[in-house]
Amino acid sequence: MGGETLLGTIGIFVSTPDSNSPQIRQQGSAMPFGNTHNKAKMNYDSDQEYPDLSKHNNHMAKILTPAMYERLRSKETPSGFTLDDIIQTGIDNPGHPFIMTVGCVAGDEETYEVFKELLDPVIEDRHGGYKPSDKHKTDIDPANLKGGDDLDPDYVLSSRVRTGRSVRGFCLPPHCSRGERRAVEKLSIEALASLTGDLNGKYYALKNMTDAEQQQLIDDHFLFDKPVSPLLLASGMGRDWPDARGIWHNDNKTFLVWVNEEDHLRVISMQKGGNMKEVFNRFCTGLTKIETLFKERNHAFMWNEHLGYVLTCPSNLGTGLRAGVHVKLPNMSKNAKFEDVLKKLRLQKRGTGGVDTAAVGGVFDISNADRLGFSEVELVQMVVDGVKLLVDMEKKLEKGQSIDDIMPAQK
Amino acid sequence: MASSFSRILSSKRTIGVLTFVGSSVTAGLLLHREHVSAGNPVRRSYPASAEYPDLRQHNNCMATHLTPAIYAKLCDKATPNGYTLDLAIQTGVDNPGHPFIKTVGMVAGDEESYEVFADLLDPVIKERHNGYNPSTMKHPTDLDASKIHSGNFDSRYVLSSRVRTGRSIRGLSLPPACTRAERREVERVVVDALAGLKDDLDGKYYSLTQMTDKEQQQLIDDHFLFDKPVSPLLTCAGMARDWPDARGIWHNNEKTFLVWVNEEDHTRVISMEKGGNMKRVFERFCKGLKEVERLIQERGWEFMWNEKLGYILTCPSNLGTGLRAGVHVKLPLLSKDPRLVKILENLRLQKRGTGGVDTAAVGGVFDISNLDRLGLSEVQLVQTVVDGVNYLIECEKRLEKGQDIKVPPPPLKQFK
Repeated sequence: MGGETLLGTIGIFVSTPDSNSPQIRQQGSAMPFGNTHNKAKMNYDSDQEYPDLSKHNNHMAKILTPAMYERLRSKETPSGFTLDDIIQTGIDNPGHPFIMTVGCVAGDEETYEVFKELLDPVIEDRHGGYKPSDKHKTDIDPANLKGGDDLDPDYVLSSRVRTGRSVRGFCLPPHCSRGERRAVEKLSIEALASLTGDLNGKYYALKNMTDAEQQQLIDDHFLFDKPVSPLLLASGMGRDWPDARGIWHNDNKTFLVWVNEEDHLRVISMQKGGNMKEVFNRFCTGLTKIETLFKERNHAFMWNEHLGYVLTCPSNLGTGLRAGVHVKLPNMSKNAKFEDVLKKLRLQKRGTGGVDTAAVGGVFDISNADRLGFSEVELVQMVVDGVKLLVDMEKKLEKGQSIDDIMPAQK
Repeated sequence: MASSFSRILSSKRTIGVLTFVGSSVTAGLLLHREHVSAGNPVRRSYPASAEYPDLRQHNNCMATHLTPAIYAKLCDKATPNGYTLDLAIQTGVDNPGHPFIKTVGMVAGDEESYEVFADLLDPVIKERHNGYNPSTMKHPTDLDASKIHSGNFDSRYVLSSRVRTGRSIRGLSLPPACTRAERREVERVVVDALAGLKDDLDGKYYSLTQMTDKEQQQLIDDHFLFDKPVSPLLTCAGMARDWPDARGIWHNNEKTFLVWVNEEDHTRVISMEKGGNMKRVFERFCKGLKEVERLIQERGWEFMWNEKLGYILTCPSNLGTGLRAGVHVKLPLLSKDPRLVKILENLRLQKRGTGGVDTAAVGGVFDISNLDRLGLSEVQLVQTVVDGVNYLIECEKRLEKGQDIKVPPPPLKQFK
């Protein structure tokens, strides 16, 4: 990480007495949301506070035993995020029909450290056995992707790669104050305003956009709205909406950044058709430029060699990357082997409305299932290769042929 | 090293300074995972002006009264349990306005909230409660039902009568802020007390986590079952956390006296029956409340109450009596009369749809209830409803006969 400041490396800094510095909230000052009074809770026994998880089916509920709750409940991160804050969303949302949810969130970078007794097993469970001692590989060199420019556009309607980034030193969306969220927005606007060429673009703050701008963003399928999913709302991410939220996109409408939705930044590269290679090229170029611009302003992204990029939801650690296509698989989706094929290819299906939706008209959102333990290039490669195979299978089924001879091995 | 730190700091002055107290700052802190210190809790903090919410699109009582100056004064305060201003106002920040009513836009997390945040809550209370000034006035409590007269309505018009209030258990945090253990303690205390009720108040508790499907269906058919709040006014305040843990419904065998546990308040107490005998409904209401109070006092507990604010509840709109006495009444002709709004206003009544707050009227049937909660006693408010509903029925009857109706004079201004 050449040129990175000491600041960026350690993420926390020491202040010197300074009459101009803003006031400091000392111990006893509480957090903006949720169970603020951790000390008061200690007046009750752990078993009196332990949540009822008997009807629950999410990663947190499987791992959080009463004994673990007792050990962790008195802890807090330096910014005051507590165990109950982490797990509130998992308590309030016992299960999900389509996917096994994580059931916990981070409020800051330190959450993953202070509460690793809970989060390491959650991460291990969620990320295919990723161990606390494992190291994660980052590779955003698009030259390393093989192929990916020739997915059949008769089947592959659109291609998209997204990830998230968190700005080191700020609390994450479940926990951030309005002041912090606004500071993240301001930094993002400054950084993005410096992008040029085919990445030249414009920022639209959610609370300032005109009706015309709003309609255009809806028509482009860019506009994100206040989360309605209780998974997100229960963690406090929807607070103060739409303050300090916004969307930036380039003039070509192929590169998009969401500010302060579920993460500090969500970075999306997308276009119609099946040229995933081009999408990934732009993704890597843009992301690298943005990271440089932030570093120039003395802000690194949250990253470490064990967890890779640190994001709000433990499911998005590592690459935070979801590379996917909208692909027509009416025959394949009805085939008994569909789920098994996806599993072997390490792919996941969603409806075309994204997570929490069902497929419509045989068109599926197919993307990588993994986030952590594989590099960006590896994951996009899996998608490219896997979707190619799925389309081949679809074509065979259309002709009434069997797909048994092209069944893949487990990746 | 010192010079690079101060260079970094000076560039950060405009966006806020993160401070870290402790001696374990080392380079590469986060690359050595075992080295993070929990230390003294500290927080990147900004001046109040950077944290002040954007309330320009807002129309609720909190937004009207939360000036930047008051925000600056209160934003770093907390109640002994750690409840803060930002928590209290979150619901009002997240819900700019409501189509039917000007919402309050803030809640209390505990009894002390009303003291610690008085600089904001007092003007909010004053606006919401018709000029009532908590710092100078006293609230009267009167649960003597025998004082009600003319409280038996014409049942051709009044389909049902109901009186509800809330009570909070002193010493335990309110629903926006309570921990799971506190909420379970509220349940335990209340259920224990209710088990002591006898005769026409003899009844049973149904915990939301444990009720059978059959019990659930029965409660739905009786219109007793409350469900997890969906109104963002409530969910944004944190009242629905841990649902349905420690929530439940108690009712007497006759199904005329009902207690909700841990919904929007510690308890909601409801007396109701079909038809127009509001006096009897209120008699049962008072008797039940006094009995429950006696039973919890026997066990060393009491309700939150003080002489300035009366009974303390989660929403400032429910202070004082916390009482909403109302009827479902058929007023098809009057409902179309443009003077209805003014008539209700002068009678100090409010209309809602028959689904309760946040709903619209169906088929000319309205939920009519008292507007006021604080500064007037229970008896006074129920009498107001009785007099007002009788007047409305008179109007409807006159309209049926083709006669004209009058808008009643406004009441004398209550508080000055």
